[in-house]
Amino acid sequence: MGLDADLEAQVDRWRGYVQRRQAIAAADVDELEDHLRGQIDDLLATGLDHDEAFLVAIKRLGNLDAVSQEFAREHSDRLWKQLVLVPDDSDARTPAWRELAVVLAVAVCAGVAVKIGFSWSEGGTGLARNLGLLILPFLAGYFAWKRRLTAPVLAALVASVAGLAVLLNVYPFAESGSTELLAALHAPVLLWALVGVAYLGGRWRSDARRMDFVRFTGELAIYYTLLALGGAVLVALTVAVLAVVGIDPEPVLGGWILPFAVPGALVVAAWLVEAKQNVVENIAPVLTRVFTPLTIVMLLALLAVLATAGGLGTVDRDLLILMNAILVLVLCLLLYSISARDSLARPGLFDMLQLALVIVALAVDGVMLTAMLARITEFGFSANKIAALGLNLLLLAHLVRSAWLTVGFLRGRTPFSALERWQTRYLPVYGLWALVVVVVFPLAFGFA
Amino acid sequence: MRIEKDLVAAAATPLVLGILLDGDLYGYAILKRVGELSGGSLQWTDGMLYPLLHRLERLGYVTSLWATSEVGRRRKHYAITDAGREQLAERQAQWTVMADALRQVWQDAPRPAPPRLATGAEGWA
Repeated sequence: MGLDADLEAQVDRWRGYVQRRQAIAAADVDELEDHLRGQIDDLLATGLDHDEAFLVAIKRLGNLDAVSQEFAREHSDRLWKQLVLVPDDSDARTPAWRELAVVLAVAVCAGVAVKIGFSWSEGGTGLARNLGLLILPFLAGYFAWKRRLTAPVLAALVASVAGLAVLLNVYPFAESGSTELLAALHAPVLLWALVGVAYLGGRWRSDARRMDFVRFTGELAIYYTLLALGGAVLVALTVAVLAVVGIDPEPVLGGWILPFAVPGALVVAAWLVEAKQNVVENIAPVLTRVFTPLTIVMLLALLAVLATAGGLGTVDRDLLILMNAILVLVLCLLLYSISARDSLARPGLFDMLQLALVIVALAVDGVMLTAMLARITEFGFSANKIAALGLNLLLLAHLVRSAWLTVGFLRGRTPFSALERWQTRYLPVYGLWALVVVVVFPLAFGFA
Repeated sequence: MRIEKDLVAAAATPLVLGILLDGDLYGYAILKRVGELSGGSLQWTDGMLYPLLHRLERLGYVTSLWATSEVGRRRKHYAITDAGREQLAERQAQWTVMADALRQVWQDAPRPAPPRLATGAEGWA
């Protein structure tokens, strides 16, 4: 239609404004827009100019609050945004069903892989080393299909996974040595980075897309937990009933249901997160708001305990590993709260809380590093200690820079996007470190 | 002449169903038809038509179908269903009774007082 660019822009802006109403679904906006444009065309035909026609048409459409309230009365369910996994629009049905079929196929494949892995390893440590390899490539495969990866990216992904698989199984790891354990722990990180490349559809240079992957990871963790809880309730009830009847469910449960359900649920959770992206408010931001203050309290308590526990050199090795895990968790919390924040909003109370979290985490990290250095000077180097030290140094750099940028943001000197960029640019460093631990450490420490 | 909001609301359902009886229409065309039929005196907020149409759809009186307009826009067309026709017949009967009753009252009673004298009755209304 002959609407000029200015009018088009006005209609677009109006559309954006209406779309923000929860009660008015996208299809209703289409319908209202068709109405608005029909009205404008008629008004133009009567000799009004563009601005006048637009204003009159908007006015006749009525007060948006009242209209939206009327929509809400008719569709109160919409205030609870509904997740439509398989839309029943007849024109869109085929791709949605096809996607569901692909998801289920991928989930079953991952289950089959885990099942085969179980029967080959016969309870050896080889399974722990390869577990990530048995599941995550399928998830990457789903995204490769979904994002229609180009051949070079796909080839690079396949080559990386294959290379990792060969390394993990060709290296002559010593029986229950620490390099094997380290490799088993770091291989999933590496694989997750590869899943990330598939998720980003090869556009891994884009900061915004990387942040999307961070969000995806957080939501996936939540969805997976929910699925696991639901599954656990279901299994527990079934087991209880079978036990009463006198049938032992253990062989079927351990041998078949769990090997298929646990990896399958991961793929399904990934699909759910993909499908709901724009539909449901993300839950991660809510959780970060709840847990940031709680984590600060927890870290302060830990600091107090560590400070009163006496000589740092005597700090237990298990404690150091636990503390490492806690710091990684704190980092995840930081990442999610940053990923969930509106980057244009002004600095607020929550940003100060976040800064407090980072500073307390830095203090804990400082104590840990001192303890580690003390242990290293006392007992000398080992693969475990170097791996822990390396991770702590990476965390230190990450946290120091985050604290610095947060202070700058609170003082209004740096934009929030600088803090976001720092997170997304730094993340690949962890992948590289995992690569070093998996590939170089076994060689450097003689597979011990 | 401006028709009171509540009266418009009460008349909306039979009016829309009656208009759809002549054939499928989309929202804007329904409103234009309402304007033509009432000589422009029956105006309602355009945006309110759509929640009403959706309610009629939920009740099963109309069905909707997305089509493409002559200029290539997505456009939702509404058509009356059998249940809608039944509903319309019922409403028609109700309105006929109502109109008859009103006509009889007005034939027997004197014409309403001019607005100037009506001010005294305001508190009573």
